Amino acid sequence: MGKSGLYWFPPQDDWMQRFRTAKSGPAAFADWVALANAPLDLVKTELLDGAFRKAFPAPPDQGLNAPPIRLALLGSSTTDHLHAGIRIAALRRGLFVSIYQPDYGQYWAELLDPVSALYGFQPNAFLLAFDARHMTRGLTAQSDAAATTAALDGQIAHLRACWDKARAGFDATILQQTVLPVFPDLAGQNEHILPGSPAAAVGRLNQSLRAAAAEAGVHLVAVDSQAARDGIAYWTSDTVWHRAKQEILVSAGPVYGDLVMRLLAARFGRSAKCLVLDLDNTLWGGVVGDDGVEGLTLGQGSAEGEAFVAFQSHARDLAARGVILAVCSKNDETNALAPFERHPEMILKRSDIACFVANWDDKATNLRRIAESLNIGLDSLVFVDDNPFERNLVREQLPAVAVPEVSEDPSTFARCLADAGYFEALTVTEEDRARGRQYQANAARASMAGAANDIGGYLAGLEMKLVWRRFDQIGLPRIAQLINKSNQFNLTTRRYSEADVRQMIDDPAVAGVQLRLADRFGDNGMIAVAILRRRGDLAVIDSWLMSCRVLGRKVEEATLAILAAEARRWGAKKLRGEYRATPKNGMVKDHYAKLGFTPISGDAGSDWFELDLAGYVVPDLPMTIEAA
Amino acid sequence: MNDEQILAELTEMLRDIFDDPSLSITPETSAKDVPGWDSMKQVMILLAVEEKFSIELTTREMDRLRNVGDLVTAIAGRLTT
Repeated sequence: MGKSGLYWFPPQDDWMQRFRTAKSGPAAFADWVALANAPLDLVKTELLDGAFRKAFPAPPDQGLNAPPIRLALLGSSTTDHLHAGIRIAALRRGLFVSIYQPDYGQYWAELLDPVSALYGFQPNAFLLAFDARHMTRGLTAQSDAAATTAALDGQIAHLRACWDKARAGFDATILQQTVLPVFPDLAGQNEHILPGSPAAAVGRLNQSLRAAAAEAGVHLVAVDSQAARDGIAYWTSDTVWHRAKQEILVSAGPVYGDLVMRLLAARFGRSAKCLVLDLDNTLWGGVVGDDGVEGLTLGQGSAEGEAFVAFQSHARDLAARGVILAVCSKNDETNALAPFERHPEMILKRSDIACFVANWDDKATNLRRIAESLNIGLDSLVFVDDNPFERNLVREQLPAVAVPEVSEDPSTFARCLADAGYFEALTVTEEDRARGRQYQANAARASMAGAANDIGGYLAGLEMKLVWRRFDQIGLPRIAQLINKSNQFNLTTRRYSEADVRQMIDDPAVAGVQLRLADRFGDNGMIAVAILRRRGDLAVIDSWLMSCRVLGRKVEEATLAILAAEARRWGAKKLRGEYRATPKNGMVKDHYAKLGFTPISGDAGSDWFELDLAGYVVPDLPMTIEAA
Repeated sequence: MNDEQILAELTEMLRDIFDDPSLSITPETSAKDVPGWDSMKQVMILLAVEEKFSIELTTREMDRLRNVGDLVTAIAGRLTT
C-alpha cells in the first residue's frame, strides 16, 4: 500500500504542544522551521501558516538560506487554497516566500501591462498553474485530428508567450505546472483513438510541455507524474471542482507546496548533494562484523536480498548523475570494506563511495567529519539508516541533516528517497556525471580526532530499560546463539553449546546473566550475555559479549554494575576480566581499562584486568535496571 | 460512534482549523457564527471531515448543510452504512 503525504518525516506527537508554545512566542525563525519539518496535513499546514505569518509578516533579517522569494502565481481557476502549502514548504527549507496572485482571469493582462500590480510586486519567480479544463477548452469528442493538434499547439504557444513575457519583464525563475489528468475516458483504455478526447489531450499536452519547457529553461511542477504515484483521487475531485473551482484538492496542498519549493530551492543550490548510507541492514541484510561476508543477505534470489540489491542500484544511479555517496557505519573498517571487496552481489563498489567512514564513534560526530571532508554543509546531507536510534540521534544533534523516516522494509528505501525529493535537479551536466570520479581521488578516511557530540541528553530521553535475569531454560537458545555468533564485542570468544549453558544454570559456582534492552522505539531483545565464575574471593568474568547495535548507550557500564552486584553477593573482593585477542575483537581491547579496571600480569594468550569491589561505585546511568 | 462523539471529534477539528481552543461548537453553529469561516474554509472542513471519518459526502448533502448538526447527521449516516 503506497503512502501519501509527507510521510518521510517522523510522526511528532508533541507537535501541537510545540506549536502552541511557538505561537505564544516569541519564537525564533529556527523554531518555526523545525515545526515545518513534520508530516503536516492540511489542517496543521493552515494552522502553522496563520501563526507564522503573524510572527513574521516580513522576511527575517537572519537565518534565511537564500534571498526572499517573491512568487507570482498565475492561475486559471481558484488557487488561493494552495498558498499556505507553498509558504510552509518554503519555511521547511529555511526559505521565505511571499505570493502575489492576480485576480481571477487577469494574468495575461497583467503580464502585458508594465504598470500593473504584477510589475509592482517585482516577482523573482513565476508559477503558471493552469487547470486541465482551461487547457483543453474548445476540444470535444467530435473534434478531428487536425483541429485537435491545432488547438493543442495553440495552448503550448500561449504558454511560451507567457514565459517570454515573464522573462522579458523580470529576472525570474519560471515554473510551469503540468496538466492534471482529471478527465474520465470516453473510448476506454485506448483513448488515443479519439482525437478530440480531452483525456487523451492531457497526455499529449504534457508530452509537448516537457519538450517546450526543456527548450525554454522552464521547470515543471509535475503533478501529472505525482498523480500517477498517489492516485488521481488524492489530487482532484469533480465534486470539489463544481463547488469551488479548485482543481487541486487542499488536502494535497502540503505535497503540492513541497513540489513547488523543491524546484525553487534547487534553483538556489539548496538541493541535497550527498547521500550518506549506513551499511548493516541498510545496504545488506545482517551485521557483517558478526555474520561475516558469507552470512549477509544480499541478492541470491531471496526477496530481502533482492531488495537490498535494488536499493544499492538506486544509490549507484543517483551517483551516476551527480549525487555524492558516503558511508557512515559502526563497524571495524576492515569488516565494513569486506563486502565491497568480496561479496559477488554488491552493486556499489568502494570507488563509488567518496567518503567511507567506519568506526565506533557516534554517527553525529561522523557526519560532521563527512561534511567537513567533502567540504559541503551539513544541510547538504541525506542520511539513511535502518535503526531508529541512530536516525533520532542524528535528528536531535544535527537538525540540518535530512533523515528520512524509512520503514523497516528495504524494498521501500528507494521509493522513500525519491518521494522526499531531496536531490531535486534542474539540470544534469557533464560535471555532475563526472563528480563521482572527482571525489574518488579525494578518498577520505576520516580518522581525525574531533570533539565528540554530547549525547547524554539524547540517551536520557530514550527511556531505556535494561532487564536482566540469570540464565534460564527459556533463554537458552538465544543465549547459546549470542555466545556462538558474537565476534566483535566478545572479550574471550569462548564457545559454549546449549548443553554447556544448561549446566551453568544449576552450577553454584557460575552466575550467567542475560540482558534485554528496551527503549522508546521498542524492545531490542537480548543484547548481552556475561558469565561470572567463582574462584575463592575472586569473581572471574569468563565471558562477556554484547550486540554492537547497542554500543554507545552505557550498556557496558550497566552490565558491570550487575556483575559487581552478583560478585558481592558471593562475598568476592575483586572482579577479574580477561581479554583474548582475536582477528575480530580488536574493538574491546581497552574495554576493561575504560571501565576502571587495572591491568595485572597474565599469561601469554590473554590480557588480565582487575577491579577492587570495595572501591567500586555504580555510576549514574541513563536507564533503569531491573532484575527479572 | 454516536452523535455526541461525532460532535466532540468535529469540535476538536474545528478548533484546530480555526486555531481557537475555546471555540464553542453546538449543533446550531453555522458559518456565520465563526469569524473566518468562508467558502475556502468550507471546502477545507469538508475535506478534513472526509479524511478523518473515512467517508465521502455527496454534492447534494454538502449543498444542504445548514449547520454543524446537519454535518453530524450526514457523518452518522455514512458511518452506519
